[in-house]
Amino acid sequence: MHIVEYRTLIVVWLVLVGLTAVLVAASFVSPALAVLAMLFITPTKAGLVLYIFMHLKYEAPLFKIMVLVALATLVIFIGMTFLDVAFR
Amino acid sequence: MSDPVHEALDHRDPEGARVGMWLFLLTEMLLFGGLFLLYAVYRGRYPHEFASAGKELSHVFGIANTFVLLTSSLSVACCLTALQKGQKRLCMTLLAVTALLAVTFLVNKWLEWGAKIHHGLYPGGPGLIGRPPGEVLFFGLYYSTTGLHGLHVLAGLIVLVVVLGLVAVDRVTPDDHVLLENAGLYWHLVDVVWIFILPLFYLTV
Repeated sequence: MHIVEYRTLIVVWLVLVGLTAVLVAASFVSPALAVLAMLFITPTKAGLVLYIFMHLKYEAPLFKIMVLVALATLVIFIGMTFLDVAFR
Repeated sequence: MSDPVHEALDHRDPEGARVGMWLFLLTEMLLFGGLFLLYAVYRGRYPHEFASAGKELSHVFGIANTFVLLTSSLSVACCLTALQKGQKRLCMTLLAVTALLAVTFLVNKWLEWGAKIHHGLYPGGPGLIGRPPGEVLFFGLYYSTTGLHGLHVLAGLIVLVVVLGLVAVDRVTPDDHVLLENAGLYWHLVDVVWIFILPLFYLTV
């Protein structure tokens, strides 16, 4: 059993709120910057929730492998769909 | 291990329970991933229509609800820490706070959808008739994605309240808390999905 300290959780929350502020600010600057911010900041935020809030960091390798397999499946799915749509 | 009395007393498998929960959550990720893929392909086909339709969504509701969900994720994570440290009362308070934040999210969603529907912006509604297909598609995806997410918030709210009751009657304890962990995992996933919905529908169009 792994206990994650309150302090760690609050720091992660502050980072999540800060990243959201950057994302929102970027969307008011220009559409191109908004897309760029989305591509980098959104997966970072999701990763922080998965890794710390959902304790993935402290779980056995099996959990990490399962998540990677699911994400890889999704990436292949998305990649092949775009290849299909682009060259139709 | 072969002692039958010992086995009868202790046949819990919290790690196995968490593996099961994670497997379920991964199917949820693929479910929402499919919707996001649909969004991406149609956005590629109708970039201008998505941009003009997206400007009609309320940034304020989207950003406020993001703050609500991020904070509820913090409170449910702290709730597990509290129970692991034996702070039952704090754990119950934090669970109640999380449930209240879930209700806040749903009320915001209700107000947001209500305003859109009032303007006739719903599938087949007067506000969408005669608009280009790309804009109709945007609102269709907006309602189906945020609607499915809203159902998950409602389900999560029910789970949180049930677990709050189980903590109160000591069915979920510092020694046996996998139910709380799994409820928390579900709630965090609801947050993760919203993290993607915010930029896709509210910010980058």
